[in-house]
Amino acid sequence: MLTKVSFQLNGKQVSVEVDPNTPLLWVIRDTLGFTGTKYSCGMGICGSCTVHIDGKTAKSCITPIASVANKSVMTIEGLAKDGLHPVQQAWVDEEVPQCGYCQPGQIMTAVELLKNNPNPDDAEIDAAMKGVLCRCGTYQRIRKAIHVASGEVQDD
Amino acid sequence: MTDLKMGQISRRDFIKLSSGSTVALLLGFSINRCESRTQIDEFSFEPNIYVRIGSDDTITIVMPRSEMGQKVYTALPMILAEELEADWNKVRVVQGDFNPVFGSQTTGGSASIRTHYNRLREAGATARMMLVLAAATKWGTPPDNCYASEGYVHLKGTRKKLSYGSLAALAENVEIPEQVILKDPKDFKIIGRSIKSLDTAYKVDGSLDFGYDLTLPGMLTAVIKRIPTFDGSVVDYDDSKTMEVPGVEAVVQVSSGVAVVAKDTWSAIQGRKALDVTFDGGPSAHLNSTDIREKMLNALKHSGEVLRNDGNINVAQKKANKSLELLFEVPYLDHAPQEPNNCTAHFYDGLCEIWAPTQNPGASFEAAKSITSFEDSKIILHTLRMGGAFGRRLAADYTVDAVELARHFSDPVKVVRTREEDIQHGTYRPATVHLLKAGIGENNEALYWKHTVSGPQVGWHGTITGGAPDLAYAIPNVNVDVVMSPFPVPTGPFRSVAHTQNGFVNECGIDALARLAGQDPYAYRRELLRDSPRHIGVLDLVAEKSGWGKDLEPGHARGIAVHYSFRSYCAMVAEISQEKSGKFRVHRMTAAIDCGQVINPDGVWAQVEGGIVMGLTAALHGKITLENGRVLQSNFHNYPILRMDEMPVIDIHIIKSEEPPTGVGEPPVPPTPPALINAIAALTGEYITRLPING
Ligand code: FES
Ligand code: FES
Repeated sequence: MLTKVSFQLNGKQVSVEVDPNTPLLWVIRDTLGFTGTKYSCGMGICGSCTVHIDGKTAKSCITPIASVANKSVMTIEGLAKDGLHPVQQAWVDEEVPQCGYCQPGQIMTAVELLKNNPNPDDAEIDAAMKGVLCRCGTYQRIRKAIHVASGEVQDD
Repeated sequence: MTDLKMGQISRRDFIKLSSGSTVALLLGFSINRCESRTQIDEFSFEPNIYVRIGSDDTITIVMPRSEMGQKVYTALPMILAEELEADWNKVRVVQGDFNPVFGSQTTGGSASIRTHYNRLREAGATARMMLVLAAATKWGTPPDNCYASEGYVHLKGTRKKLSYGSLAALAENVEIPEQVILKDPKDFKIIGRSIKSLDTAYKVDGSLDFGYDLTLPGMLTAVIKRIPTFDGSVVDYDDSKTMEVPGVEAVVQVSSGVAVVAKDTWSAIQGRKALDVTFDGGPSAHLNSTDIREKMLNALKHSGEVLRNDGNINVAQKKANKSLELLFEVPYLDHAPQEPNNCTAHFYDGLCEIWAPTQNPGASFEAAKSITSFEDSKIILHTLRMGGAFGRRLAADYTVDAVELARHFSDPVKVVRTREEDIQHGTYRPATVHLLKAGIGENNEALYWKHTVSGPQVGWHGTITGGAPDLAYAIPNVNVDVVMSPFPVPTGPFRSVAHTQNGFVNECGIDALARLAGQDPYAYRRELLRDSPRHIGVLDLVAEKSGWGKDLEPGHARGIAVHYSFRSYCAMVAEISQEKSGKFRVHRMTAAIDCGQVINPDGVWAQVEGGIVMGLTAALHGKITLENGRVLQSNFHNYPILRMDEMPVIDIHIIKSEEPPTGVGEPPVPPTPPALINAIAALTGEYITRLPING
């Protein structure tokens, strides 16, 4: 059964007609063509698919599309106002990514952390980031980049 | 792709496979976004298959290898750009499609830089010499009066200079020089510097497309309900419920199972849920890990193929003053790259076009050929970006899925795997067991070493024995042998292949021997490696940087290991403690690597960081178990990989060297688990010889 769901995606109003149980991830990727949000586990345990819903991180692979009706969704593509967001810039400066596949999820999670806690210490970083896996093993650089971006993220 | 300009890799030696076959994929841009970028090239000078110099000064470097996070897209261009005297800011990279003209395009064995170092230096130098000649002709002066630097040819003693782009058309008509003059490494400006990857911005803004992200007009997406056992088959299936799922277009049986083809991924997954398939488990439907272990342990009792025999092991065993016997066991492992396997294929106009995120385009090409019986010129294979690979994408099973399926459709079909399928249908690092007997003489000197490897039957025994016979320690009596037993479990190379097992055995074994002799494990190794200065080089460096022998925080302990693989030397020190829960915490990993001439130090650091994380994951968590002929683990909850809160501080040191460059991706993996286990032994007195540590 198809249902019409309207929400904001990266600041623009969108509306889709899909099965209401479809995870947000597949709507973003397949229906709307924003492939920056990645699939890796599909059960909410790796963080690759992390997006922001009304400013808070959510695992889009386990978020039914119906639940985001009239909410505001932001993906990696919508993070920067222009150029790169300070967290993305820190990622570039610290040369964080290896393959890069997990990094959109890492960045979306780090942005939320820095909004809530502008100067996290290592233990706070570990606690906030432990849900986002990186098979390439870029964790040390992620820690460093979060420190570099500390104080650069405004809550808006 | 029809843009021929884009595909024209070389004017002289390029063998055209078909009109559309030679397209290269632009870095950071999806295929659909390709053309707009190439139109910038109004003209390009193409002195060889690796480089094109546009009249707009852009330097396009064609990648003969594939990118999976190891940053060859930066290191290989650096080598060519160095000799070309290119302006690095003008360099861009395109992926070379599968083409025999490149020779082997298999990305594996930590070999991309080693095998391309001379080739790309020569390619760059040739282009540079031709540009200099072109400028000399234009100025009517001997080429000796000219020199190249940062994208320009300069006329000595004057301010005159010509950009490479402005010389492109002229250089096209210059004869290829017979003798290539390479730069003196002392004059290197690019090689040896930490240069940022050319594509990082695309990796952080979501615009970099991996295979999973490929979108083509009219494309269908499929998932397969796979035969759950290794040698089972499909008996029957009922797709009536599947066909009612909105979005589902078709259900097709393929050799790996039954595929559900839909308009999008979620519909395909829903369709698969509704699919009713009856499988025959096949001959190995009752296979389980306990039986496999039992068989491998039994096999240890038989003598195997002898790989090395120095001195007289039997006499030495009798003469020994003290001896030890250790039984090592490691499980099957899955690579679990962050991006699950996938592949896309499209049949049209008698062609089969394939988009494969692969380390091994050759294997995928051959697979497509044998399925379709098409001639070479009718198969077009594009190599796509990989979200990690670690050896998994050396196989071609994902391409087989896509080609078998897409031939039934006129639209392109992308076959994706869900995580469960990917973990349960891997090409696993073989499980092995190892019996090590070693002993010391009257004066505590190492006297003998007897190592038997027992594992699954593999095509070449090196896949389970690599690193075992080439034990570097000066022990007078060494015997290494291997016994193999047939199991139907698919196996394949995993980052550092058999060195994952044998590095563990060698380095825990020698550590235990040092303790038996009552000696410091670092000093003991050092003495036995006296004839191998490069081993000693990394060992000394890691000992110094880790503060070996210096005081530690109470409750902490250090362990050391050193291993040679993929022609590089890597030493590791782990610092650990034990938590109240009994779990071990890794605080710090110090690494030293000697990989010859370093191209990009930051790239080496990244690979060592990644190798350590992969080694720790294997040592602490990694295990694939078989039950009733199928893989028990299915996702990251039961196949965990290291998380941020388990991540130690990593400190890496590189030996300065002018030796030819050697491997980096794999060598840090083998010494990691033994360094950790030796640290645990230093704390507890016990060597954990059955992995993973956490069960
Ligand atoms: S794909 Fe959503 S958490 Fe892993
Ligand atoms: S960079 Fe490859 S998975 Fe994180």
